[in-house]
Amino acid sequence: MTRQAVDEIKIGGIGASRKRVEDDRFIRGKGNYTDDIVLPGMLHMEILRSPLAHARIRSIDTSKAWDIPGVHLVLTGEMMASRNLAWMPTLSYDTQAVLATDKVRFQGQEVACVIADDPYIAKDACEAIDVDYEPLPVIVSPAQALAEGAPLIRDDKENQPDNVIYHWAVGDKDGTDRAFEQADLISKLELHYPRSHPSPIECCGSIADFNRATSKLTVYMTTQAPHIIRAAVAMVAELPEHMIRIVSPDIGGGFGNKVPVYPGYVCSILASILLERPVKWIEDKSGNLISTGFARDVYLQGEMALRKDGKILAVRMHTDADHGAFFSDAQPSKFKIGLMHSAFAAYDIPVAHLTARGAYTNKAPGGVAYRCSFRVTEAMFFQERMIQAAASDLGMDQAEFRRMNFVSDDDFPHRTPFGFLTDSGQYAKCLDVGLKAIGYENFRTQQAEARANGRLLGLGISTMTEPLGAGNSREFDILGIKMFDSAELKVHMTGKAILRTGAKSQGQGHETTWAQIVAHELGIPAQDVVVEEGDTDTAPFGMGTYASRSTPVAGAAVAMVSRKIKAKARKLAAHLLEVSEEDIDWELGRFYVRSAPDRGVTIQECAMAAYSNMPDGMEPGLENTAYYDPPNLTWPFAVYIVTVEVDPVTGVWDVLNMVAVDDCGVRINPMIVEGQIMGGLTEAYAMANMQFITFDADGNCVGANYMDYLLPSAWETPGFELHSEVVTPCPHHPLGAKGIGECAAVGGPAAFVNAVMDAISGTGVRNIDMPLLPDRVWDAITSRRDVSGAPPVRTDE
Amino acid sequence: MTMVYEDHGDEAAAGQDIPVRRIRFTINGAKKIAEVEPRLLLSHLIRRGVGLTGTHMGCDTTNCGACTVLVDGAAVKSCTMLAVQADGHAIETVEGLAAASELHPLQEGFKQEHGLQCGFCTPGMMMSAKALLARNPDPTEDEVRWALSGNLCRCTGYQNIVKSVLWAAAKLRGESQ
Amino acid sequence: MYPSRFRYEAPRSVDEAIGLLHAGGDYAKVLAGGQSLIPLMKLRFASPDLLVDINDLPGLGYHRADPDGTLRIGALCRHADLEASELLKATQPTMAAAAPVIADPIVRNRGTLVGSLCHADPQGDWASVVLSLGGSVVAQGPEGRRVIPLKDFVLGPFENALAPDEIAVEAIIPPAKGTRAGGYLKLERRVGDFATVGVAVAIETSNGTVTSAGIALTGVGGATIAATEAAQALTGNPLTAQSVGEAARLAAEAARPRTDHRGSAAYKRHMVATFVERILGRTEQKAA
Repeated sequence: MTRQAVDEIKIGGIGASRKRVEDDRFIRGKGNYTDDIVLPGMLHMEILRSPLAHARIRSIDTSKAWDIPGVHLVLTGEMMASRNLAWMPTLSYDTQAVLATDKVRFQGQEVACVIADDPYIAKDACEAIDVDYEPLPVIVSPAQALAEGAPLIRDDKENQPDNVIYHWAVGDKDGTDRAFEQADLISKLELHYPRSHPSPIECCGSIADFNRATSKLTVYMTTQAPHIIRAAVAMVAELPEHMIRIVSPDIGGGFGNKVPVYPGYVCSILASILLERPVKWIEDKSGNLISTGFARDVYLQGEMALRKDGKILAVRMHTDADHGAFFSDAQPSKFKIGLMHSAFAAYDIPVAHLTARGAYTNKAPGGVAYRCSFRVTEAMFFQERMIQAAASDLGMDQAEFRRMNFVSDDDFPHRTPFGFLTDSGQYAKCLDVGLKAIGYENFRTQQAEARANGRLLGLGISTMTEPLGAGNSREFDILGIKMFDSAELKVHMTGKAILRTGAKSQGQGHETTWAQIVAHELGIPAQDVVVEEGDTDTAPFGMGTYASRSTPVAGAAVAMVSRKIKAKARKLAAHLLEVSEEDIDWELGRFYVRSAPDRGVTIQECAMAAYSNMPDGMEPGLENTAYYDPPNLTWPFAVYIVTVEVDPVTGVWDVLNMVAVDDCGVRINPMIVEGQIMGGLTEAYAMANMQFITFDADGNCVGANYMDYLLPSAWETPGFELHSEVVTPCPHHPLGAKGIGECAAVGGPAAFVNAVMDAISGTGVRNIDMPLLPDRVWDAITSRRDVSGAPPVRTDE
Repeated sequence: MTMVYEDHGDEAAAGQDIPVRRIRFTINGAKKIAEVEPRLLLSHLIRRGVGLTGTHMGCDTTNCGACTVLVDGAAVKSCTMLAVQADGHAIETVEGLAAASELHPLQEGFKQEHGLQCGFCTPGMMMSAKALLARNPDPTEDEVRWALSGNLCRCTGYQNIVKSVLWAAAKLRGESQ
Repeated sequence: MYPSRFRYEAPRSVDEAIGLLHAGGDYAKVLAGGQSLIPLMKLRFASPDLLVDINDLPGLGYHRADPDGTLRIGALCRHADLEASELLKATQPTMAAAAPVIADPIVRNRGTLVGSLCHADPQGDWASVVLSLGGSVVAQGPEGRRVIPLKDFVLGPFENALAPDEIAVEAIIPPAKGTRAGGYLKLERRVGDFATVGVAVAIETSNGTVTSAGIALTGVGGATIAATEAAQALTGNPLTAQSVGEAARLAAEAARPRTDHRGSAAYKRHMVATFVERILGRTEQKAA
């Protein structure tokens, strides 16, 4: 009888589009999101927010709130201050107000909170709190913040004489200056990437439960990084770390919104400690949009030095970032503007220089969020808009200009002008696949014919490569904690297993894909491996899931722990087969004697032996943990091509086709990878088309609810054609996999903008800042002028 | 069993003029009686009163549709209906989709076609889709997108949601997969 | 997200409802679809003392044409009923064009046309449509019924002409004397968005001449705007490129848009003109 090898796809290994384990509970409405959790004796918390963007607090009168039946506690900044909790440290070495004491510094800032029997009563009580504000002048842009004589926003800080947060620079200034002097042509572009917000459908929330009898604090909360939260709570609340348990249950979308520590969490924790009852805080969408970690809001001045044949000689970038009232970015501490200097990594440019400046303004704190990979969304958008403008200025074809400047396939690892080391790629091949799929040449013909008939068709190309998998301990840390990740695998005696990691899925499907890695490494069917994440009492220490770091880091840890298990299983196999280890070979799920292949033991038999038949001197059991410090980042590459038609009369544009070519190395679960890409493309479309937050001169926020902050529905969102032909494995990742979750949001927006710009190229307009609302496109077409900055807020005419 | 509430004293009890109404409704076929304040939203009756947390709340301006349920067979955003308005009516939520041992084809379809990622918008999507398929068993892709245009999703980009609904429609029509 | 407290009644007859409003005191509101009122109450922009829920009133869900062609729409006729209506598709082009773009499909299951008119939101689509058709609202109070033309019904943003103890029971669209044509175009960035610009055009033709016309504008002023001069420019003439162009120009002039984050005032005026032309251009094509 011939034995058949185990089919990796059949057991749900790598490459299997395994249906998701998570779905079983979600499709039944049996998810366990934070607001679904009910604890005995639980009370409810609502937050009172400031209506003004910048104002001194003269007084707060909470007496009427206390009088409302059902109210248990009213917290103000003063009460927090007496416990040293009015301010908390941020993830960027700044401080942030938990509840305002001296001033409010942005519209929507937390001023007080009420804990009551139910949220209706808590809301009634919030309305009964009287706050006397003295308005102060408002700053709503970095330009205003940095102007001479601007009012000081952070007068709470020592050694803060103005509204500048940081100056930062990277690259070779002198070399860049020299290259610009040699240029045949300099292409310049000024851009604003407007403020946006990750806005997952589920808002943020927490249930803090302090148990006086056990002195243990348990917090159920919407967090993408439970261990970071545990450390932060230990610092802020001065509770011992081992008596803090953070549980991140099912999360309804994160996108970076659920990484920072928000005042609501801290208030709910203090309230629970004071009341000795569980306290639930679930914010509403308005609170989420107006106060939690926004994204982007960066201004660019970009210049490209070009040789007349199209070779890029150098790039110069200056960015001004609007950080809001507190510097609370969740990003590796060393990089003030995140990984903005990943820009141009796919292009072979000898030298570049980036300067960056950050400013405080009277807006919510944040900036690093929304599938941004630590500001790489900004970097790649700026890059591809500058590339488009340069090709246009040179009169060169968009695709050929990119192709001639790409890093070539044999030039890896490649040192970028800003000092990154990219790992692998086949950039030209991706471009070829994309151009063929969109029908590039044919389109250009159609475009010319259409133009002759007064119709405006356009095609936009965008490429991106990005550093995913933060990150190596030499370079990356958050508040000094290194950014490794972890996996713990326990194989039971019957060969079933439980795997826990330090990551935290918010829809990415870890329960499905991590088991696939174990299946790949050990031949244990994926369905025999249950995956858990999110409980700091049981999960090994990790830095959470954001910036597309989980497959590169936690996924690698899963592979590494599986290999540790396999190494021990090999010893057990040798013992069972009564041969030495050197005589043993492996095929998926089975060790066998090399010289007598029919003699073998399955991995399940090894597992049983670990509990019942160990060789002398071997520790029993088959369980282990691995911590993975990635040697480098992984660099997926993508080409996104969009075709549009612009109505010249109304400025409305429709997507005709959207092609995505993503090379993210080895795909563990192709179905899930494609889902991530489509989600990212939709967010790209949203930002290009309709989604933004802006402010009027008084700091009133437009975009603080879903009537103004527009997410596209199924009706507006275009369809996508995805390509997976190009696979360039990551040379340093144990599985050859690269990150993917954010690529489409990173590279997508420029494709849409470039397409519209291409459609209206006859007008000479070089730029319309996002969002490309119909009136802005119309304005550009009719006035033949660039449209810059955010859409203006109401002015009377 | 007797339910116990917080007693905030005589003054509080006297001063409170909370009119409570008794309502009778069915939810997923089960008959219920409740005593509710008029201002209680239907979504809160379902989630906190009945204890069915599959219906989610995602916004405060009646836009996102995560709270969509069926009332007498029509899709309704349960956050924009008062619990008292359910008196005498039949509510269906995601928990009522599956029969005892079998999933509803919509549930199967969403799993087969990867129509969900974080799962938060999914119950609302499925209930809207159920109402669509009841009146239009063979929708085009455009008709599906139009019918779901009141349900927002952040994760999937909608393409697989559309495929999921079309998968379910085919199964309900008795076509093999 | 949590409304403040209120009293609630669910009457079983129109007279009972009127009686409750009469006794109800200063701040009572009628609840029909609730898709505009409940969101306002959740944000606490509206905090009525008493809600009179009319959803149990029998026999108000209709929309039908009288023998003489008058269209009557009952207070509980939902947007979704109008969207699905074969009667509207056959006889009311302006209304049939508007019904699918009210809010979103789920909201359309509850919201009502009459309720929308009463709510008097300047961004409301139905007000423009009914205004362009010369429609009216039928109010019923303790003294009986009265018919209020829509132009007199909306007094200002969120303010209507109903007495505190009156209920709007019906909307009326007068019968056509000629052949109806027209449409409704709405520029929204996304389903459910408020209109950046909305234009309702309703004309009647007889032997190639426009015998009556109505044009009304959504979202380009503090209230629904009746572009009367623009309509007059069409009346009495055949539909030509010139007359359409003139109407478009006058309609844009009648608009009083403000520049805001949805668009500049200049753009909105331009879109008013564009929509008038596109609606009538289609009409021209159909007639030809």
